[in-house]
Amino acid sequence: MSDATVPNTGALAAPSPRLGGFRLLARLKSFGLALIVPLLLLLGWHLAVKAGMTRLIPSPGEVAEYMVDFAVGGIWDDAFSATLLQHLVASASRVYGGFALAALVAVPLGLLIGRVKLVSQLLDPFIQLMRPIPVTAWLPLSMILFGLGPKSAFFLVFLGAFYPILLNTVFGVKSVEPRLFEAASMLGCRGNAQFFKVVLPASLPSIFTGLRLGLGLAWFVIVVGEMTGVPQGLGAVIMDGRTLSRTELVICGMIVIGIAGFLSDRLVVLLMNRLLRWSPLHHG
Amino acid sequence: MAELPILDVQGVGKTYAFNDTRIEALRDANLTVRKGEFVCLIGASGCGKSTLLRIVAGFEPPTVGTALMWGKPIQGPAPDRGMVFQDYGLFPWLTVRENIGFGPASRGRPKSELKETVERFVALVGLSRFADAYPHQLSGGMKQRVAIARVLANDAEIVLMDEPFGALDAMTRERLQDELLELWQRTGLTVLFVTHSIEEAIFLADRVVVMEPGPGRIACEHRITLPRPRDVASPEFNAVRRELSARLHSHHAKKAA
Ligand SMILES: Nc1ncnc2c1ncn2[C@@H]1O[C@H](COP(=O)(O)OP(=O)(O)OP(=O)(O)O)[C@@H](O)[C@H]1O
Ligand SMILES: [Mg+2]
Repeated sequence: MSDATVPNTGALAAPSPRLGGFRLLARLKSFGLALIVPLLLLLGWHLAVKAGMTRLIPSPGEVAEYMVDFAVGGIWDDAFSATLLQHLVASASRVYGGFALAALVAVPLGLLIGRVKLVSQLLDPFIQLMRPIPVTAWLPLSMILFGLGPKSAFFLVFLGAFYPILLNTVFGVKSVEPRLFEAASMLGCRGNAQFFKVVLPASLPSIFTGLRLGLGLAWFVIVVGEMTGVPQGLGAVIMDGRTLSRTELVICGMIVIGIAGFLSDRLVVLLMNRLLRWSPLHHG
Repeated sequence: MAELPILDVQGVGKTYAFNDTRIEALRDANLTVRKGEFVCLIGASGCGKSTLLRIVAGFEPPTVGTALMWGKPIQGPAPDRGMVFQDYGLFPWLTVRENIGFGPASRGRPKSELKETVERFVALVGLSRFADAYPHQLSGGMKQRVAIARVLANDAEIVLMDEPFGALDAMTRERLQDELLELWQRTGLTVLFVTHSIEEAIFLADRVVVMEPGPGRIACEHRITLPRPRDVASPEFNAVRRELSARLHSHHAKKAA
């Protein structure tokens, strides 16, 4: 019986080609279903503009045309033609820079707060007090501290990503099953060795939840951050578009941020599913 | 001179402070276990079986009394006393192989020795096909095999088992009982085994220790002399079962009176 009780997850069996075919079909279907709502919205937008309901918003077709110009140029040849990449790179470097710094500080700090009572008593009340302050409220102060420019944007992104990563790490550490510490110590893994062999792996799922939220917020905050008078970046493009009343530019900026945020979330999910293969909640 | 027992519990008591009340979970427990013995603890819920086992494991210090292993006071958990939990307590992020190797690796065994040990114990519990599976991909019975293998691979001299088969279906439980007995006979292990089932206790044990609640204490001991392998359907087995359950219930009756 023992070896015959094959687990019903079937995770160990190689997928048969037949099953593979079904899976492809299922994927296509879910892809198709996901497209319905956006396409309907695009259609509604198009019809609304056609019907003259608004003069300030361009039609989807115009936006698409401008997007091409924004990306590769050759249509309007104005100040924004073919600048997409450089704005995207500017924003992404701030997003990933601020996010990486936030993760680098928040993960170890969260592990300590969750594990060391003294650190928790020292920092937890302060953090709880600072946390409700919205990132946007920091804008004026960060301009004084870091000046008008990229440093300020970087700081705001850092701040935005910091709290979710920290709080989820602390939560992860605190919710490690006590049984696992008992198991480790009776097997001869005691004291500080448990930090890397039990605490860290056991709280990895929560840490990843924090990283995902943090990265999402980083993209969220970048627009605010880049309103502080930086010359480049997608936030700056949106602000310029607003002051110049070029709505198509604003919409292009929005779309690029949306796609970039989506893709970078997928990247984290990919990494997460790889590292958390062991977790029944994460594979797939 | 009498041979030193592997385990000697002397006048052990445990009182938990729970909010403002104090719960006496265990009072004046005395128990001696010799090397190679298979001892079962049995008794009603709340009579301190887990408490006694956790004190022997070193997870909890006794409030009074001492617990000795090879004559030395038990201070904290250590690999010579391996615990098998009812809820397995496997590391979900490690494969079967890595779970079994966790102890030896933690204790800094050399790579080649580690590999050899792991393979031996993976095979011993019949999980070679699942060596690279994660715990969530295993059935309950397979998980418990891993839990047993990982304490054996770590040179446990005495295996403490707290209702290890309680969560398994009847067929899996019987099979694991057989496997455990075979392991025990082959390796000269010492086993201290908590169970709710009279039948399980008689099937497995050299000696059954009956406990009773309010406060938790050891009521009596019962040596099982039936020859092995034991047949749960035999008249002799049934006779012992009747006797033991009469004892268990007489304690209850005494308490109710
Ligand atoms: N950590 C604890 N804090 C407070 N009380 C506890 C604690 N652990 C056990 N107790 C109490 O001690 C008593 C004995 O508990 P124990 O778990 O040893 O019983 P048991 O014989 O193992 O019962 P069961 O068969 O239900 O597992 C119970 O009344 C229980 O409520
Ligand atoms: Mg118990």
